[in-house]
Amino acid sequence: MGTAIIKAMNAQELTKKLLNSEELFILDVRNTTEFNNWKIEGGKTEIVNIPYFDLLDGIEPALNQIPNDKNILVVCAKEGSSIFIAEQLIEAGRTSIHYLEGGMKAWSEHLEPIKVGDLRDGGEIFQFVRIGKGCLSYMIVSNGEAAMIDTLRMTAVFNQFAKDKGVQIKHTLDTHLHADHISGGRLLAEMTHATYWLPPKDADEVSFEYEALEEGKQIIVGDTKILIQPIYSPGHTIGSTSLIVDDQYLLSGDILFVESIGRPDLAGKAEDWVADLRTTLYETYKNLSQNLIVLPAHFGKVTELGEGGKVAARLGDLFTSNAGLNIDSDDEFRAAVTHNLPPQPNAYQEIRQTNMGRITPSEAEQREMEMGPNRCAVHDK
Amino acid sequence: MMSVLIQTNRLLDCEGLACPMPVVKTKKAMEDMKSGEVLEIRATDKGSVADLQSWAIRIGHLYIGVKEEGGVFRHFIRKSAENEIKPEIKHPHIISNEELSKKIASGDNVKIVDVREPAEYCFQRIPGAISIPMGELEMKLSQLSPDEEYAVVCRTGTRSDLACQIFVDQGFSKVKNVIPGMSMWEGPVEWDE
Repeated sequence: MGTAIIKAMNAQELTKKLLNSEELFILDVRNTTEFNNWKIEGGKTEIVNIPYFDLLDGIEPALNQIPNDKNILVVCAKEGSSIFIAEQLIEAGRTSIHYLEGGMKAWSEHLEPIKVGDLRDGGEIFQFVRIGKGCLSYMIVSNGEAAMIDTLRMTAVFNQFAKDKGVQIKHTLDTHLHADHISGGRLLAEMTHATYWLPPKDADEVSFEYEALEEGKQIIVGDTKILIQPIYSPGHTIGSTSLIVDDQYLLSGDILFVESIGRPDLAGKAEDWVADLRTTLYETYKNLSQNLIVLPAHFGKVTELGEGGKVAARLGDLFTSNAGLNIDSDDEFRAAVTHNLPPQPNAYQEIRQTNMGRITPSEAEQREMEMGPNRCAVHDK
Repeated sequence: MMSVLIQTNRLLDCEGLACPMPVVKTKKAMEDMKSGEVLEIRATDKGSVADLQSWAIRIGHLYIGVKEEGGVFRHFIRKSAENEIKPEIKHPHIISNEELSKKIASGDNVKIVDVREPAEYCFQRIPGAISIPMGELEMKLSQLSPDEEYAVVCRTGTRSDLACQIFVDQGFSKVKNVIPGMSMWEGPVEWDE
């Protein structure tokens, strides 16, 4: 029998396996604290955690826990330790051993573009699923132009996508000042000479020029008038603004998710913003067309990924299924969104400062700040 | 930034190395060291910080601390003795952490001698404690006066017990071993900035 060779699996291949519910056994060799904080989930994966430094005296403890008849993926933070362990598994006679190329860092940055649907005048709307972190960006394209909403840090991906589609990015919009990830909106706007839009109430302390994203304004993409219409919807932040695209889609930012609602505490003002959040969800959203398709800026659980990985739901359906939209009393609502909240996202204060343009960390530092799940919803664990 | 001078027994250069190498090399280096000796590891990989700590705790070595200087992480780990968990106390005069804390709080001018390695002393010590590492004790005792009262402290009471016996051999009469020592110390502390 020839010796098996260790194979690399990249984030895109892993995404496909998760979305296609292929069987995969993951051995995560990071330390237990990091593993408990954040790990690969979804599809038909099984996962165990054995830190690589517990296997320095031999791989035997891992062998008992790893099945012989499945594809094995060894995962670590960057990839070095996963290769180190994967090689030993091969030496011990195991086959079908893979390591995750670029580790959890690459996993955190991978974006999967998914077409959400067509717009009435011939345009299209795409969702970019950052599956490792639970973040979502959107690109609206129409007649040679594009607008980006809640642009993630990986601007090169969006530039390339626009190039492939033959469109020019004209606008980048942030629905609010993000606290869980670094916005690429401003940078992408600079690179493409586009206009950067931000709700003015979230922009009190920003150090840069921007166009005010507020009610009464209409943003047109292409000359086919696919309107993006802002709706003031505070609660997650004081400036949070939702967008209605083509009378079909409601881009809800971090106000409403498929299985949860936004948390009001990431700018330190939970008590102040509870009433705003309640009004936005139970009055403003209630008065919108219930046939709008909600496209949020995050998902918290992999169960929120629908067909092909798409994260979307009809607004009217969410008023039935989403627990956060079915709380009768104000007091109960207040308790639900201020008590027992999940931990805050990693480095969220520094991330807010970065998004205000007040600090400019290096790319490596930005990557480090974004490690871990987004945790923007009330019910995220 | 000024590099802090901390006396250790060995320096391991892991700069530029990514996981798993800092832990792999540390494990190898520790195998060649004696119990009680302190290893400094210099690494640039941020991931190594949590991993070295977790590894040291699992093995039972003392992870003393880490200092970051211009992107370099300086880790300090002290190799534990196999029997260190249950110290065999021989020196009859002891003072508990609580009693010592009370004495300090009451303004009692008790002299404290810390016999741990300089690296341990540097990261956390009782304010005003004098540093005399175990290996230098016999040589430096002449600088102290045999009629004074001394409280001798280490991490768990083991090294300080041996130290107390050396004190007595040299004619000191009022020496107390601090039990259990810095590992459970809840009183005031200071450290090198």
